[in-house]
Amino acid sequence: MKAIYVMWLRQLIRFWRTKSRIVASLAQPILFLVALGFGLGPIYAKSGAGNYIQFLAPGIIGMSILFTAMFAGMEVIWDRQFGFLKETLVSPSSRFSIFLGRTLGGATVALIQGIIIFVITLAIGFRPENVILLPVALVFMFLLAFIFTALGTALAIKVEDMQAFPLIMNFIIMPVFFLSGALYPLTTASGPIKTIALFDPLSYQIDAIRSLLTGVANFGLGLDLMVSLMCAALVTIMGIYFFNRVEV
Amino acid sequence: MSSPIIDVRNVVKKFKKFTAVDKVSFSVDKGEMFAFLGPNGAGKTTTIRMLTTLLKPTSGKIEINGFDPLTEQQRVRSSFGIVFQDFSLDNELTALENLRFHAALYSVPKKLAEERIHHLLKLVDLWERRNDFIKTYSGGMKRRLEIARGLVHHPKILFLDEPTLGLDPQTRNTMWDYIKKLNKDEGMTVFFTTHYMHEAEKYANRTAIIDHGKLLVMGTPDQLKKKTKTASLEEAFLKLTGHGIRDESSKSIDALRTAAKSWGNR
Repeated sequence: MKAIYVMWLRQLIRFWRTKSRIVASLAQPILFLVALGFGLGPIYAKSGAGNYIQFLAPGIIGMSILFTAMFAGMEVIWDRQFGFLKETLVSPSSRFSIFLGRTLGGATVALIQGIIIFVITLAIGFRPENVILLPVALVFMFLLAFIFTALGTALAIKVEDMQAFPLIMNFIIMPVFFLSGALYPLTTASGPIKTIALFDPLSYQIDAIRSLLTGVANFGLGLDLMVSLMCAALVTIMGIYFFNRVEV
Repeated sequence: MSSPIIDVRNVVKKFKKFTAVDKVSFSVDKGEMFAFLGPNGAGKTTTIRMLTTLLKPTSGKIEINGFDPLTEQQRVRSSFGIVFQDFSLDNELTALENLRFHAALYSVPKKLAEERIHHLLKLVDLWERRNDFIKTYSGGMKRRLEIARGLVHHPKILFLDEPTLGLDPQTRNTMWDYIKKLNKDEGMTVFFTTHYMHEAEKYANRTAIIDHGKLLVMGTPDQLKKKTKTASLEEAFLKLTGHGIRDESSKSIDALRTAAKSWGNR
């Protein structure tokens, strides 16, 4: 328990001390929000689908969480380079708690990032329909953060290579993001995209966040929650498996 | 006093075709200062990694403080402290935070931890700098802090893998004096590797020399000198391991990197 807490705390302290990174990592989602929102917005409205910013904002919140979460794995790679990983792995604290603490810490950071983007979307013109459901949306934002932090962390302990890691991350993040329905409605997307999106875990958290904030649902909250929990369990098992077997 | 606290029997470690450690057997008694010597790539660090549960031996049996690193990892890990060959501090944290973090990972009760941390930081002369970030520390200061950190949980055994590498003679001597004192006062067993033969000669009760993964000799520094008919441990070492210059490439982290190109050792 204590190990989980200190691993979590360490991630937050490190996040807080590198504020320049926070600002830098906000740039990309804001760019997407502004360029796509105001660029495609008029066409979207013309097609009769309504306000694009209203549709896009939950997707961009999800995107910022996804990116921050996956790159939390980079911290594992750095810790390996600077030797600190060994200090944690040689301690009597279980590998389970080391992994879980790291993941919870990274997920909390990603969630904070998502909340900052949420506030920015409000400034740009996003209007959530139902503020009372915001805490439930936060639960899904956290699930999203947790799933992809765990995935990034698990892959990082396996990959080991400082140069290869960002490439592999982009290789995963880009399709996960673009095929998830973050940018366009899946209901009107063409067949193959619709089918692929079913197998994209991100689709379900984005759907949940969107339906809670704007009332537009695709899969339904029940399915969203079930798939998200299953994914979370799966990546946790994978991470613990890798952490238990890693030799440094 | 003379029951073995480290017991290694016929331990082999193979990386693919390369045999890093080849049927090594030795034991270290409680309270001993034991020097594990060998040229670069001889298998010293690989052996330490196996003793400290970071690497699984291909075959053979290891016992640390009476526990098996394969099946009783947690107990083995609580039994020792370690100073790695490469630095292993968190640069973004302060000295105090690094030690507190360590104490939490080792479940040292908070109050006790604070007392020990205070004492240890004074001992290694870093108390005044306790709130400074590690990134502002020099190599010598980092080493001293790592030694302090390795002692926070009062281990029975202290592993030191080339702890004095890159340190000036002042720091080296002070450091060894601390370690010797702890060994004497607390009866702590010390297992260390070094390339400075006079350190082994001066501080070790017993010495083992390993080369190409094989244990060549073991005994007190005097016994080794007598055996090889040489005047110093350095001469004995060179006589046993030859004068050829060794490849640096078998440092643990490099070996890891080559072994695990992107998707890792299958």
